[in-house]
Amino acid sequence: MAADKQVTTTGLLGWIDERFPLTSNWRAHLSEYYAPKNFNFWYFFGSLALLLLVNQIVTGIFLTMHYKPDALLAFASVEYIMREVPYGWLIRYLHSTGASAFFIVVYLHMFRGLIYGSYKKPRELIWIFGVLIFLTLMGEAFFGYLLPWGQMSYWGAQVIVNLFGSVPFIGDDLSLWIRGDYVVSDATLNRFFAFHVIALPLAIIGLVAAHILALHEVGSNNPDGVEIKDNKDPKTGVPRDGIPFHPYYTVKDMFGSMVFLFVFSVIIFFAPEMGGYFLEHNNFLPANPLVTPEHIAPVWYFTPYYSILRAIPPMWESQFPGVAAMGLAVMVFFLLPWLDRCPVKSIRYRGASFKNWIAVFVISTLVLGYLGTVPIDVWGKFGAGVPLVSNTEVATWVARIFTILYFAFFALMPWYTKNEKTLPVPARVT
Amino acid sequence: MSDPSNVDKTRRNLVVGTAAASGLAGLTAAWPFVESMNPSERAKALGAPVEADISNLKPGQLLTVEWQGKPVWILKRTPAMNDSITKADAAVVDPDVKTSKQPADLKGKKLRAQKDDIFVAVGICSHLGCSPKFQPDQDMFYCPCHGSKFDLAGRVYRSVPAPTNLEVPPHVYLSDTLILIGADKKEA
Repeated sequence: MAADKQVTTTGLLGWIDERFPLTSNWRAHLSEYYAPKNFNFWYFFGSLALLLLVNQIVTGIFLTMHYKPDALLAFASVEYIMREVPYGWLIRYLHSTGASAFFIVVYLHMFRGLIYGSYKKPRELIWIFGVLIFLTLMGEAFFGYLLPWGQMSYWGAQVIVNLFGSVPFIGDDLSLWIRGDYVVSDATLNRFFAFHVIALPLAIIGLVAAHILALHEVGSNNPDGVEIKDNKDPKTGVPRDGIPFHPYYTVKDMFGSMVFLFVFSVIIFFAPEMGGYFLEHNNFLPANPLVTPEHIAPVWYFTPYYSILRAIPPMWESQFPGVAAMGLAVMVFFLLPWLDRCPVKSIRYRGASFKNWIAVFVISTLVLGYLGTVPIDVWGKFGAGVPLVSNTEVATWVARIFTILYFAFFALMPWYTKNEKTLPVPARVT
Repeated sequence: MSDPSNVDKTRRNLVVGTAAASGLAGLTAAWPFVESMNPSERAKALGAPVEADISNLKPGQLLTVEWQGKPVWILKRTPAMNDSITKADAAVVDPDVKTSKQPADLKGKKLRAQKDDIFVAVGICSHLGCSPKFQPDQDMFYCPCHGSKFDLAGRVYRSVPAPTNLEVPPHVYLSDTLILIGADKKEA
């Protein structure tokens, strides 16, 4: 038998520490994890995302106790949850509205990374794990949206699965394999349920762990983009601008959670469907494979990408270019750490060119997001005499312009960041 | 550990062989799981051909039947509707129907039908699988999802998202008023 491990703790905790790294992990990740002291408003959203992940898992577990993943029973079982299960309406709304809240928080969290350069060396892997979480979360939301088996669930899934059908050569077999039937059917519902409740949640939890481990390896960035580890107290080895995560940031995050839960509760109780943006009206009709609703739109968090898909015209008798552009619009985030060639991290000390491009990117995403929620003829058509665009929808051309700007933000980044006129970065956080 | 002179070649080869064999076994083991997601025997059986009775179909009327879970349209076209197809020639992508998904014997036929007045098509938009709406007042099928338009022979209009014409499924007339959809010859 090996010699007893030497630990400094005593009693029950000592007994545990001899057998399990409890105290050492508590210190490494909480009480002696030093985070920069200048975190601001933008730094709430990481912990809020974690809170919402817990919310989705807990409410999800209780929903599966009543939900039936069967094409004949699914729609009615959701209505049963809403009307007859005690507090079923609350649990269901916490889950469905929680999904939208999750995306709001994740988008703000990503935006924080963007403006403070949190994707830059040495944090590239944190960013990559984050983009993977984002992708998995999109899959999770998509699979979950089929489960109520409403009209929008059904036709949304039909459209998205058919996206894979446009892949050259293997497309038809691929979409057949995804559906498990010739159309979206009971087989599809059952497997989407499996992905939604077990496969992707496991992946998300694993990726979140990797995201946080990578963060704690290199340390948090901050609104000044200054590396606090460059200035440590020589005696203690503690960064001079760092404070222990616990209790300082646990308290801050608890405060943030309280404020968030206030707002979240107001939405849950007074506008859980958010006028059709969080839960679409058509989804209160049972799925009908023979009738498509008048206007199909995805839930708001997918609409920028959906707009890009709609904006690209078919080429070579295939709509694959549009599908590829939509995929690229998400995948391009992986490249961000290498596209940005400016050594300065935080937007506080970056040049005007970068700030302007960030503005272009935000406006493009918002316009595309809005256009994705409305029918393509929302702004009418150009007149017959207008050159190039006669008799075509105005909104299509607006979407095309903003699609180009969206991609230009990434594609031109190596050039507009290369010789950026930056301000001097302070040695310590401010 | 990294001293190459110390490596026991036999053991190293065994390690490599074992790793390769386990990798192959792992890939092979994945096959049944991948295959299990393909349509089941029941789904395939339910995808068998279906019969449609058109004895009550009036001129200008559209009948929708279900085949493989997809809506299949049977439109009894009036002579005016057939004229509208000729008029649409200039506005559609492929007026002479060269590259459509359809039974081989319809190739090059503008009306895309075995009988000029009966048009059979899968009512699924070639864009992303929504079901277009029949709009008899405008002589077209209009897809509400992304605004694609098709004439009454399912030929796609120019500058819409859908890239190709609507699919005409294999079908055969069992009698004057009975169509078998999903098969190209009479069978039991």
